[in-house]
Amino acid sequence: MGDARQLILDRVKAALAILPEKKPLPEYPADVALSLGAPAPGDAVAGFREQLESVRGRSFTDPAALGAWLAEQGATRGYCDPALAGWLGTALGGDLALETTLDRDRIDDYQFGITRAWGAVAETGSLILDDATTSRRLGALAPWIHIAVVAPERILPDVGSAIAALGDDPNVIFCTGPSKTADVEGILIEGVHGPGEQVALIYSRA
Amino acid sequence: MSRHQEPFDSFAAAQSESRRTAVRLGSKAGHEKRTEVLNRDYPGSPSRVDSLRRLAGEIKQHTLDHLDLYLERAQARLEANGAKVHFAADADEACRTVLGILQSRGAKRVVKTKSMATEEIELGAFLEREGIESLETDLGEFIVQLDADKPSHIVKPIMHKDRREVARTFEGHGLGAYDDTPEVITRRAREHLRRKYLEADVGITGANFISAESGRLVLVTNEGNSRFCLAATRCHIALVGIEKLVPRDRDLGVLLNLLARSATGQALSVYTEFITGPRAASQPDGPDEMHVIFVDNGRSEILAGDCREILRCIRCGACLNVCPVYRQSSGHAYRGVYSGPVGAVLTPLLAGEGFNHFADLPRASSLCGACNEVCPVDIPIPDLLLRLRDRGKRAGAKPAAAAPSMKTFARLASRSATWRRALRAGRLLGLLPGPLRPRALRVWSENHVLPPWRGGAFREWFAKRNRPPVDGAV
Repeated sequence: MGDARQLILDRVKAALAILPEKKPLPEYPADVALSLGAPAPGDAVAGFREQLESVRGRSFTDPAALGAWLAEQGATRGYCDPALAGWLGTALGGDLALETTLDRDRIDDYQFGITRAWGAVAETGSLILDDATTSRRLGALAPWIHIAVVAPERILPDVGSAIAALGDDPNVIFCTGPSKTADVEGILIEGVHGPGEQVALIYSRA
Repeated sequence: MSRHQEPFDSFAAAQSESRRTAVRLGSKAGHEKRTEVLNRDYPGSPSRVDSLRRLAGEIKQHTLDHLDLYLERAQARLEANGAKVHFAADADEACRTVLGILQSRGAKRVVKTKSMATEEIELGAFLEREGIESLETDLGEFIVQLDADKPSHIVKPIMHKDRREVARTFEGHGLGAYDDTPEVITRRAREHLRRKYLEADVGITGANFISAESGRLVLVTNEGNSRFCLAATRCHIALVGIEKLVPRDRDLGVLLNLLARSATGQALSVYTEFITGPRAASQPDGPDEMHVIFVDNGRSEILAGDCREILRCIRCGACLNVCPVYRQSSGHAYRGVYSGPVGAVLTPLLAGEGFNHFADLPRASSLCGACNEVCPVDIPIPDLLLRLRDRGKRAGAKPAAAAPSMKTFARLASRSATWRRALRAGRLLGLLPGPLRPRALRVWSENHVLPPWRGGAFREWFAKRNRPPVDGAV
């Protein structure tokens, strides 16, 4: 194994030694790849909601409205981050059974999963989940409906600023709308392995 | 046994009409979506899309020009983050390194995400031979695996299949009665595969990028299969070509903004995952062991040659979608893991000693330049194709379809009387059945359809025409 490393590095060094010149590392402004989808300054929440909708996700700012939507979907049982279950169970209203542990053996019993998001990206409508904030990776992935609770002040304007804020969490994931495929004849189908419904609850507990 | 391969045309002709139609329509739609979304999101003149492509190309070229430095830096960062780093000089060593890790854990079941590097080293087949279940989880790759087929596109592996073919495959493998509704096909895969994730011991992925600065490994998918692999299993093995590095995290921003738009016309793919190591202690799900295997497998040799720019490639598939030859011939005609223009460069280069078997690929191009124009890292593919044609010629590969030489043409065309006779002979040749034609033309016409001979028509018209009045306007 050590041999392979040395062999590869030697080959690479030999290949590069004969180059007449080497391309310098280009410098460029932080907003070089900012797209037209980025929000106007101060408009991150509205921008995020619009972009999330454009990738066929949903957003709510009122827990009761989210609770009513869940009832419409016939969703009554799901996983919920234990840190949220108390107050959010009440705020959602209705007759929801929130389980605060996730049993892998009956993964399909959870109609929804509610977890916290670390933040969001307005430019692309992405939710940002990380290991520290999201109580269970599987809880945010396996159920048909995933609800991420994100504080409005944590919505970042664009992809560049979200990458700059990655920090030292070992696993950060940008989730941009429901899981999807177009593998069969280019036809868009949602809910391949992950959620078929990606929902953001933009809410800060006063 | 000849070392030389048939001309490209004969491989294209072997694909069924329905497959070629599916590929033509799929690639055309992919290209249109890419162009619409990139220009919508980056409007402006001079083109912002173009300046971003050039910037991304410079970032990748800089990385390649200092690859030793960035490899060492990435290794140090990954190890500091708690990942184990391995190096594999060739495909066999890469496969054996994976096997060693699996054996050390007593692992028997593997779930895999779509990865060109693992396709290239044929990891799935290797693991099956070693008695390990290795399951593809990307829907397209899952179907390719069930059919023991090959992907025909870098991003859309089953572009060549229609829903009826997929439905028959599912029926044949006990995944429900025949139903060709794409939604039903997808649901059945969802149900089948989620059980497999939860039972698996190890998740194997590729990597779209690794930032040398932070050791962040970036994985991009739409289906969420890589996330499921990294949520359900306890061990993550990533196979990464040594050219996948970028210097800094901020460079990821430029490349990610171009990758999904170029590949599928999305601002970002649904899941963009940044992984620096095993899961956090507070997180119940995910690997507590992470291995990164840097794979050379011919790349350092490419780096030493005059086609090194091809190593900038980020596998978006835009050059396939735009290429008139790919659209007409479909991916399987390229006979490699990589198809289309990038495959026409990469496949012969990665073949090493077997270069001549793929010497037809660089010739299967109109050199129209569209591949370069859409490339998000500005690879001068037409230039590279020309260099490879030259190399093929010097290596003695069979010339493209033995066309009559230009010297003969020059002799015939430079004197009026000879040319007249040649035209008359041409008309006669056109009437001859294939096997009776002279040898040079026969070889060529086995792979080409000649249009009806029309030579001499201008001369006849010119001789018979009514001369117009010398000074009168028509």
